[in-house]
Amino acid sequence: MRAAGLDIGSRSVEFVVIESETGRVVHEREIPTGPAMAEECRLLVDEAPFDRLLATGYGRSLVEVSFGFPTVTEIKAFGRGAQAAHPGCRMVLDVGGQDTKVISLNGAGKVLRFEMNDRCAAGAGRFLEMTAAALRYEIDEFGAAARQGAPGTVISSMCAVFSESEVVGLMTKGSRREDIARAVHDSLARRIVSQMRRVGISPPIVFAGGAARNPCLRHLIEQDIGQALVVPEAPQRIGALGAAMLAAEASA
Amino acid sequence: MWTDLGLDLEAHAGLMNVLGSFYTDIYLTQTNRPKGMEYLDFVISEVHGLRIEELLAAKAQGRKVIGAFCLYVPEEILIAADAVSVGLCAGADIGTAQAEQVLPRNTCALIKSFFGFKLAGLCPYVEACDFVIGETTCDGKTKAYEIFNQYKETFVLEVPHTKSPAATKLWRSEIGRLVEKVETAAGKKITAANLLKAIETVNAKRAVLGRLNLLRAADPAPISGRDALLINQVAFYDDPVRFTKKIGELCDELEARVAAREGVAPKGTPRVLLSGCPMAIPNWKVPFLVEKNGAVIVGEESCVGERGTRNLVDLTGVDISDRDAILDRIAERYFKIDCAVFTPNADRNLHVREMSARNHAGGVIHYAIQFCTPYLMEAHGMEQTAREMEIPLLRLETDYSMEDAPQLETRIQAFLEMIR
Repeated sequence: MRAAGLDIGSRSVEFVVIESETGRVVHEREIPTGPAMAEECRLLVDEAPFDRLLATGYGRSLVEVSFGFPTVTEIKAFGRGAQAAHPGCRMVLDVGGQDTKVISLNGAGKVLRFEMNDRCAAGAGRFLEMTAAALRYEIDEFGAAARQGAPGTVISSMCAVFSESEVVGLMTKGSRREDIARAVHDSLARRIVSQMRRVGISPPIVFAGGAARNPCLRHLIEQDIGQALVVPEAPQRIGALGAAMLAAEASA
Repeated sequence: MWTDLGLDLEAHAGLMNVLGSFYTDIYLTQTNRPKGMEYLDFVISEVHGLRIEELLAAKAQGRKVIGAFCLYVPEEILIAADAVSVGLCAGADIGTAQAEQVLPRNTCALIKSFFGFKLAGLCPYVEACDFVIGETTCDGKTKAYEIFNQYKETFVLEVPHTKSPAATKLWRSEIGRLVEKVETAAGKKITAANLLKAIETVNAKRAVLGRLNLLRAADPAPISGRDALLINQVAFYDDPVRFTKKIGELCDELEARVAAREGVAPKGTPRVLLSGCPMAIPNWKVPFLVEKNGAVIVGEESCVGERGTRNLVDLTGVDISDRDAILDRIAERYFKIDCAVFTPNADRNLHVREMSARNHAGGVIHYAIQFCTPYLMEAHGMEQTAREMEIPLLRLETDYSMEDAPQLETRIQAFLEMIR
C-alpha cells in the first residue's frame, strides 16, 4: 500500500508518497505555490501512484472541494511528521511562509498544545524573504551572511511591512548589510522564542519548515532557549510526511 | 417609518441583504433544528421591521424607549417605569470608516460597531431610543460614551472595578441615580409595586434561559450553540413576556428531545464551552466555525450567555412595600456579574469550571475581541483553570471581519482534533 501527503502552503506545495507498511519515502516533490493551485496540485499528485491521500496546509480545503481529498490540519500533520522524523520528539517549531506554529507533543505524536502567530507575517518565513530581497540577498545565502553580522543593530517593528521600511531606513543611515541581516534574524528569533515559551519549551525539539535551513535563525533560537534544535533532512516536507503517515494509519 | 427615524435607506437595505444571506448560510442550513426555532427565525426576519413598529407604537402611547450596551443596566428599573428596554446594535463590521473618524483605530470592534451603526444611520433601535444608558466598564467604552453623547443623549452609570464595601456602596448609589433619571425621563414614579412586577418579568426571562442552559447538558445536545446564542441575543431586545413564553415552549420541545435521546448532532460529538467577550447580533463567526467543523457548543460563559442570565433578583425576606430594600436587592444582583473589568475576578474562573463540568465540555474556547484588554488579560488565568480541569483551552483573538476566518478555522480544527 502507498499513502500520500500533500501540504499546500502559502509559499510552496510539497507532495510525499510513502510505503504504508514501512513509512519509507518512495516519492517526494516540491513546487512553488502558484495562482492555478488546483490544476498544479492535480498534476503533482498524478506524478506517483498512491492508495490514499491526506491533504494539509493553508490550501487544503481547495483540493477537498476540487478533488474530494480528505484533509487534516497542519498542526496534526506537523506533529505526526516530526514524530516520524525524530521519534520521541516533544515539541515542533515550524516556520513556514505565512505562519509560525509551535506544537507541544506527548512524545508519541499526539498534540498537547499549540500556538500560531496571528494575522501577520512578521514572525514567519515571508518576513525573511521580504527583508532578504530588500538587502539584495538570495534567500539561501541570507542566514550565512547574517552570521557575519555584528549584534547591536535593532529592528523593532512588529509588522513585516513596516520592518521592511525599517530595513530601508537602516540602509540609508549607512549600516552594514551584514549587520542589518543580523538584526532581521534577531527580530524574528525573538518573536519565535516568545511564542515557544508561551507553549512551554520541552526538548527534543524538531525545527521544521523552510526557515529551518537558515543557519543563523537556528543558531539564535538555540542560543536563546539553551537547547539544541533537531533539523530533519528535508524540514519543509515534515507536514506532507506527517499527512502521509496519518493517511497510512487511517487506512491500516 | 425608516425616513422618520433618520436611517440611511440605501445602506440599510444593503445591510439587510447581507444579514439575510449570512443568516441563511449560518442558521437555515442546520439539520435537526428544533421546531421552536421558527419563532427566532421570525424575530430575526423582523429585527428591523415589526419589532421597530412595536417600539414606535409604544412611544406613541407615551412610553419611553431606553437603549443599553451592557449587562450592568438593570432592566427591572426601566420596565418598572413602563419604559421599553432594548439592547443596541453592536455586532457587525459596519460603519467602520465613519467610526474611525472619531475613534482611534486600535479600538475594539464592539465599540467601533455601535459608533458605526449610529454614525452610518443603520440602527433603527438607537434612533428609536429616547436616550441610552452607558456604563464605565472598560476604558474604551467609558471614553467612547463621552463622544457618543454628542450624537445621542447618553446617561453613564458608574460601574466600580472592585467589589469592596466602598465600591458596593457606590454602586448602590448609582442605582439610585438611575432611578431618578428614569423617573424624570418617563414622567412616572417607580414604586415598590411596579418594581416587583418588573422583577417578576425579568426573573422569568432569566429563569427560562437558565432552563435552556441546563437542557444543553444532555448528550446528544438538543440544540446547537448557534441557536442558543441567537436566543440569548434576541433576549436583549424582544418583548420579555412574549420571549419567555416562546422560549418556554422551545424548552418543552427540547425536554422531549432529551427524553427521546435525540439531538442536533450524534452522541459523542465533541463538546465545547465558549468563554469570554459578548457576541452581539450578528456576530456568529466563531460559533459557526466551531460547529461547522463537527463540534457542538454547550454553553456561553459570556455577557450574551450565562454571565447575563445566571442570577435572579432574590427577594427572600424583603419587605415588599419597601422600595429601597427592593432596589438593594436589584443592586446586589447586578453587582454579582463577573465582568473582566473587576479585580479580582475569580468568580469567572469558578463559573467556567461549573459550566464545563455541568454541561460536559471537552474543551474551552476563550474568545476575546481584539483590543479588549480585560478579557485578553484574563485568558491567562483561564488557561490555568483549564489545565487544572485537564481539558484543553484555545485562545482566539479576533474582530468582526471575515478575513481571518480561514486562519481561525485552522486553529479550531486543530483544537477539535485534540478533543476528539
